[in-house]
Amino acid sequence: MIGDTPAPYPTYAVEGHGLVKTFGDFHAVDGIDIAVPAGSIYGVLGPNGAGKTTLLRTLLGIIDPDEGRRTLLGDDVPLRQARSVGYLPEERGLYPSMKAAEAVAFMGALRGLPLKIGRERARAMLTEHGMGASVDKPIRQLSKGMAQTVQLFGTIIHEPRLIVLDEPFSGLDAINQGKLEALIREQARQGVTVLFSTHVIAHAERLCERIAIVAGGRIRFEGSVSDARDRLRPQVRLRTRASDGNWRRALPVETVAEDGAWHFDLPDEGIEPLLRALLDGQAGIESLSIERPGLHDAFVAIAGAAAARQMEEDRAREAAA
Amino acid sequence: MNEVLRAALVIARRDFSAVILSKTFILFLLGPLFPIAIGMAFGGLGEKITAEGVRPTVGIAMPAPDAARMQRAYRALAGRIGPQNLPHLRQTSGGDPRLLLARPDARFIAIVSGTVDRPVLTGKAADLSWLEGDISLIASAALAGERLPHVQVRRQFVTESSGAQAQSRLLTGRAAQVLIFLLTMLLAGMVLSNLVEEKTNKVIEILAAAVPIDSVFLGKLMAMLAMSFVGISFWGAGVFASLMVVAGPGFTLPAPAVGWPIFLLLGAIYFSTAYALLGSLFLGIGAQAATVREVQTLNMPVTMAQMGVFFLATYAVDRMGSAPEIAAAIFPFSSPFAMIARAAQDAAVWPHLLAIAWQAVWVSIIIRLGVWLFRRHVLKSGVIRSGRLFRRRSASAR
Repeated sequence: MIGDTPAPYPTYAVEGHGLVKTFGDFHAVDGIDIAVPAGSIYGVLGPNGAGKTTLLRTLLGIIDPDEGRRTLLGDDVPLRQARSVGYLPEERGLYPSMKAAEAVAFMGALRGLPLKIGRERARAMLTEHGMGASVDKPIRQLSKGMAQTVQLFGTIIHEPRLIVLDEPFSGLDAINQGKLEALIREQARQGVTVLFSTHVIAHAERLCERIAIVAGGRIRFEGSVSDARDRLRPQVRLRTRASDGNWRRALPVETVAEDGAWHFDLPDEGIEPLLRALLDGQAGIESLSIERPGLHDAFVAIAGAAAARQMEEDRAREAAA
Repeated sequence: MNEVLRAALVIARRDFSAVILSKTFILFLLGPLFPIAIGMAFGGLGEKITAEGVRPTVGIAMPAPDAARMQRAYRALAGRIGPQNLPHLRQTSGGDPRLLLARPDARFIAIVSGTVDRPVLTGKAADLSWLEGDISLIASAALAGERLPHVQVRRQFVTESSGAQAQSRLLTGRAAQVLIFLLTMLLAGMVLSNLVEEKTNKVIEILAAAVPIDSVFLGKLMAMLAMSFVGISFWGAGVFASLMVVAGPGFTLPAPAVGWPIFLLLGAIYFSTAYALLGSLFLGIGAQAATVREVQTLNMPVTMAQMGVFFLATYAVDRMGSAPEIAAAIFPFSSPFAMIARAAQDAAVWPHLLAIAWQAVWVSIIIRLGVWLFRRHVLKSGVIRSGRLFRRRSASAR
């Protein structure tokens, strides 16, 4: 029976070990290990075609892996936990003739929420979000953004413990993206685990406590955003009045001169020995900054420049659309 | 409540409401009017054609007195056995019948020449073999002339006739088979369109993530079945009311062997199982197809096969207990049709309990097969595109 007995809260809301899913000779998911801590906001980051959707579908039990095992809320039969899960697929789907509130209630009913309660909650949610006039309008009469909101409410109407969102920001304007980010944070504050996929680094950087960087069906990095950024050394940017002197020998060998400034990784021994050499050598420090790398830099370093370029292209294509 | 059934009911309720509350449901209810109207129009036309046009015309190339005797004999016989049972006779010019038949304006199927006592029939061998007896009968009557006796038949009525009852039961069985078959084909097509529409709307992934695919299939089958029962009730009540008005309250139909209440119940059950069997097969096919065009391509062979199965059941209907009848009753897809015909002709109820259980097992097997195909082929990844079925290797991941 699906969802009759809610599982106790596990350490990890979602776990996958050695997951493999192939279509013909194409490896969509190629030996993925993943663990999403309960109550966290977890991002799966990667360009289109990296295997994110297949991974999420496999974790949710929509499709079965060819190899490996998975647990959802501690249950190795994911559909048994369907009542505790909300899922927003990348391909948004609603019945065009269904009324907005009815569509939200229907999605709740699929996951065990009685229709009567679902209708009441749907009306309240839609009204609260400024869609009170649209509750009895058919979906086909709503704007794309409103229809996406209806679908999002349908994903959380039954108050799930785990929310899985596949490219949730796709197709939303900046205002609605902000609202969605707020909603995700609010759900996480209430103890709900949020797992989402995205090809926009900024969303993952702003929202996620942990991320998995996926490329070519494999996880290239799994950990906190901070850990990802820590994989790169802080960047030092130095501008001096003098262009040459004994102090130059103190600069790391990989130092690059660009726009009249020196760029190099922060040395292992720290900045102090270099500072001393600069002062002793009268380099005339104009400016010195030590910057922690962003997630984008970390992504480039982890997944490769090609994957990063593709992500940018995906984002540009989506923005144009 | 079992979770599969609970989820199926949620889906069934949505589908049922969507259809019942749509404007096109009125068309669905009025739908049977069109074939009835067309049937009546073509039936009347067909009757006219049968009565007048299809009867072959035989030319008479006999001397005038013989021709006149043949015509008189024809009229006398037509008055007794009906003109539809005899070929037309029409006077033609004399000459070689073979040349007459070869003329481009010839309108005769054959020509009778010679004399009344020695008629010669000229025509194609295949036509002569069935015209020979009729011409011989007319010529014999012409020879007898005024001496052709007219024996009166005395009528003796009975209230019961096993032979007539068997005939009417056979007719009831055939009618029930045709009705179930037509309804089944109509609904199975509708449920298939419904699933394809769901894939087009991209709702299918939401359903697949929330409930077992078995529930999706079951829910869709239940919704269409419920809708069909609304239609059947509507039309059944209409037909019953019409019969009461036209034939009066004393009107009774010849009862099937198991009696009307059980027969109607079995009819509903066999309709449900026939529909569930074909509907789940079509759903399995629908799961493979991404567009209506692909659906049409895929369901054509299934429809043809189903026609074959129906013909098997129709063939077996008046061969109770024969090997074809038992085979039709055992083969799952023809079983509902064969068994409803059996219910019309045989009073035993236990074979129906066995058949219903057997068909239910097959419904569950076919649904499982459809679910397996669905999970295997539908949600590979990303956008469901046209032609995916035939390009499995090009499936992309997201």
